[in-house]
Amino acid sequence: MQRTDLLNRLWEFQNKFGFISDIAVAEIAQELKVSKIEIEGVISFYHFFHRQPTGKYIIYLNNSIVSEFKGFQEVKAAFEFETGCTFGKYGQSQLFSLFETSCIGLSDQECTALINFYPVTHLSTDKVRTIVNQLKIGISPNIIANNVASLVQHIPPQNKSVFFKNYSIGNSLKNLKNKSPQFILDELKKVELAGKGGAFFPTAQKWEISKNATNAEKVVICNADEGEPGTFKDKTIIENLPGLIIEGMILAAYVTGATTGFIYLRAEYKYLQSKLENAIIDFYQHNLLGVNCCEIKHFNFDLQLQIGAGAYVCGAETALIESLEGYRGEPRLRVQYPTENGYLGSSTIVNNVETFAKASRIIEFGSDYILSIGTEKSKGTKIICISGDVAKPGIYEIEWGTTLRELLRLSQATAPYFIQSSGPSGDCLNESDFDRKICKEDLLCGGSLMIFNRTRSILQILENYIKFFLDESCGSCTSCRVGNQILLAKIEKLKKGICTTQDLNEIIEWGTIMKKTSRCGLGQFSSNTFIQSISKFENYFNVIVTSCTDNCNVEFDMENAVFDYDQLIKKT
Amino acid sequence: MQNISFYIDGRLCTADKGLNLIEAAKRNGIFIPTLCHFKHLNPLGSCRVCSVNLNGNGIAGCTVFVEEGMNIEVNTPELLDNRKAILEMMFVEGNHFCPSCEKSGDCQMQNLGYETGIRYTRFPHLFVDRLVDARPERIVVNQNRCIKCKRCIEEIVTNDGYKVFNFTNKGKKTTVSIDYEQEAKLTAAQAEYAMQICPTGSILVKGKTFSKPFGNRIFDQGAEGKTVPFNKVNMNITKGRKMRIATTSLAGCFGCHMSLLDIDLGILDIIEVVEFHKSPLTDIKKFTERCDIGLVEGGCCNTDNIEVLREFRKNCDVLVSVGECAIWGGVPAIRNTIPLEECLREAYLDSLTSEGNATVIPNHEDIPKILNKVYSNHEVVKIDYHIPGCPPNANHIWSVVKNILFEEEYSINYPEFKYD
Ligand SMILES: Cc1cc2nc3c(=O)[nH]c(=O)nc-3n(C[C@H](O)[C@H](O)[C@H](O)COP(=O)(O)O)c2cc1C
Ligand code: SF4
Ligand code: SF4
Ligand code: SF4
Repeated sequence: MQRTDLLNRLWEFQNKFGFISDIAVAEIAQELKVSKIEIEGVISFYHFFHRQPTGKYIIYLNNSIVSEFKGFQEVKAAFEFETGCTFGKYGQSQLFSLFETSCIGLSDQECTALINFYPVTHLSTDKVRTIVNQLKIGISPNIIANNVASLVQHIPPQNKSVFFKNYSIGNSLKNLKNKSPQFILDELKKVELAGKGGAFFPTAQKWEISKNATNAEKVVICNADEGEPGTFKDKTIIENLPGLIIEGMILAAYVTGATTGFIYLRAEYKYLQSKLENAIIDFYQHNLLGVNCCEIKHFNFDLQLQIGAGAYVCGAETALIESLEGYRGEPRLRVQYPTENGYLGSSTIVNNVETFAKASRIIEFGSDYILSIGTEKSKGTKIICISGDVAKPGIYEIEWGTTLRELLRLSQATAPYFIQSSGPSGDCLNESDFDRKICKEDLLCGGSLMIFNRTRSILQILENYIKFFLDESCGSCTSCRVGNQILLAKIEKLKKGICTTQDLNEIIEWGTIMKKTSRCGLGQFSSNTFIQSISKFENYFNVIVTSCTDNCNVEFDMENAVFDYDQLIKKT
Repeated sequence: MQNISFYIDGRLCTADKGLNLIEAAKRNGIFIPTLCHFKHLNPLGSCRVCSVNLNGNGIAGCTVFVEEGMNIEVNTPELLDNRKAILEMMFVEGNHFCPSCEKSGDCQMQNLGYETGIRYTRFPHLFVDRLVDARPERIVVNQNRCIKCKRCIEEIVTNDGYKVFNFTNKGKKTTVSIDYEQEAKLTAAQAEYAMQICPTGSILVKGKTFSKPFGNRIFDQGAEGKTVPFNKVNMNITKGRKMRIATTSLAGCFGCHMSLLDIDLGILDIIEVVEFHKSPLTDIKKFTERCDIGLVEGGCCNTDNIEVLREFRKNCDVLVSVGECAIWGGVPAIRNTIPLEECLREAYLDSLTSEGNATVIPNHEDIPKILNKVYSNHEVVKIDYHIPGCPPNANHIWSVVKNILFEEEYSINYPEFKYD
């Protein structure tokens, strides 16, 4: 067994026995000739791996903020009541194990859960009762599962759309042998294709670096780990247009000379595994993958699927590579780029699902077509997923340059107040941003909008975010691991109502230190929304903190401090 | 190797191309503090203490390899503060009770605390209950002190090449765990090496630890600082009367008060320029006059402490937390990782000397209530200054007092700065 097979091997045990036993750990450690603690380290990094026996049905209930606002607490209580189990506890029942999990990419259908990785949506207390009863009488989760395809709510007119158009296999690869890699790069450069995974890195530049790299091996990886809460745009592409992704990867391989490709799919999307696998098979059958593929001599490109195991940070490209190699998904140091030293030392390009899909559309339709759509600096269209307090949550393909107000109107937002763009690591927006255009010149959006109305508590939103980050931090850097915990302490203080404007200043200072000193994007951006919200929602904070200048009085919550003692004396 | 030139804080430096920045800086006489960086190890980039700016962007210094023309900032005010903040984060994440730590005086983390001048931690202490693991054969791992620098993970391997330590879990639960099977294979020398490379007191060797103090307290040498004459003060500031001092001991051990008196005859100089008002030293119980300065020893563990502290804030112009207990809870805060109920049950109901059903948890309207945890004074009222130490050195305390009252410049001597 190779180290790179570790994740799959662990999945085998997890799927077969419901947990990974001591014996399994010892066996794997022996095969890999490493100490057991190394295997433990990997297992405990991923939250879908268990070291204790689980029930026949493992239920993962999504605790994202949208879910919280759509009845998470009631649904959670209902699961506990109906199954007689407690969340996060092992060994309470042969039948059920309950766990919370971060966003599973179904924000448009909350509350949602995965039962043995089959999704159930629009959960209510009644629905939970029905589901649990069905499971008890032996109806299998794949029958209970809901169809979770997100509604595509909006597509631009035919002459302006890019993604949601007719698709037939291999369109972008037609005549590839007569197109030079340079031609492909030039086309991408013309439309200034930028990465859609959040960092907006110029795609052609990445491919070109890898093309020119002298590494013996080259690898293309599709990042389908979409873990940013509130984001499900990649899911929709996998659901509707899996072929586009594969074509994009083939184009990339053609440019760089890669022979191996991986699609790293988050385990939360396991129900889409067969969709992708079937698409891959289809491509092999059309000779678009494999040896001498696309009718090009010596162009050999193989593609495989890797299922993640529950770790948001594995979406960070170097963490993803570590994970593929069979290690803990800790982001690498910024010493070398993956294009210089990536998967097993190869020159590796990692791109987002939407990036690959768009690349293939650019080649299919030609850069002229794409250039006719969008703004000066952002060409073509963008897929935006909308959730929260809107009547029409789902997928919106929009021309770059569309205003936020237009999107709010299309999605029928009700009293929009606090808008989260690009997930918790992104930006929060208020009314003054409504007329901004979504494009590089103005408001860059990674693809997700969570819309919260006036009745929603901003503190609750921020608390949910910080808790997400402090669980999902890989734990390597002090500033990220500890920083998120001390920000949570501030939220708790804010909730007690004993904060002054001094505390708000500290939040900004502390958050800035985290930003400056963390290794990867997680720690660099986890305090972003908190910091922004303080100025964007000044009125909200003015109500909950005491304003003061230099010599702030410190408030102390005596009632809370003696509560435990009073309770104990009453009891004894 | 090609010789290249680069800049640190605007100063021209030279080194071999590709040399690690920490080393390169050192060779040019510039010190960049680190905790995880270790000689020949590949950069770990975990502790973040060496944060610098490279061409304007923040990065861990240990992960930089110098190249021609690089522009590096090391000691800007912001970077100095960030570095200090990261150390403070380590102090609040773990449970560092230096006075009871075997490594105190030899500890690289403690030393950097002195180096960066941490008087108090700006962040709230997390007080998470952590394991002291004595299950291994040769070593004890005290998780309260581990800063997750990964040195041991990278460096400690058995003779047949197996790792002994590794990270487990992630996020706030990240822990450095031990492989007991592999640990048992370590030789005595290897175990001792593990203890040595650990920059904190997390890894200790069994037997060795407690039978004799190890190390020479390398960070702890030098003169204690000279006694300063206390009566030579700038009388222009004396308001035409002696300065008034109040002192109190809250949840402390009176050690800081002992230290106050520890200047021997110096006290005679002091009472020429100051007078003591409410204080255990005078036995004055109530404030009748406003005081210029209040010295508070100990933190707040019960409701009476809170009241006294609030009284002090009301009646003193300047309020100073003296000693670790006042600053962040100190030794009494050892209980902060354990729920109050468990503590009180153990102390009053379930202890060896309490007879079944015959004892109660003390409670009466006349006695103060115990707080859910020990609070630092600055969580309760505004504190103007902090004097670290357990206890702080007498000269140090009085120098600070003199400096505050008579507006004099005073720089703290390195050996006077103590957390233990
Ligand atoms: C904590 C973290 C999580 C990330 N998650 C994802 C993700 O789920 N999907 C993704 O495509 N990129 C994610 N990224 C960005 C990737 O590191 C990388 O920039 C991206 O995959 C590159 O592809 P692109 O150039 O096509 O955008 C994440 C980055 C960080 C720091
Ligand atoms: S910033 Fe956070 S997630 Fe990123 S490497 Fe550091 S600890 Fe890990
Ligand atoms: S001496 Fe070092 S390891 Fe020990 S408690 Fe103090 S700082 Fe922590
Ligand atoms: S035990 Fe010591 S060497 Fe190991 S990670 Fe913790 S502090 Fe570092």
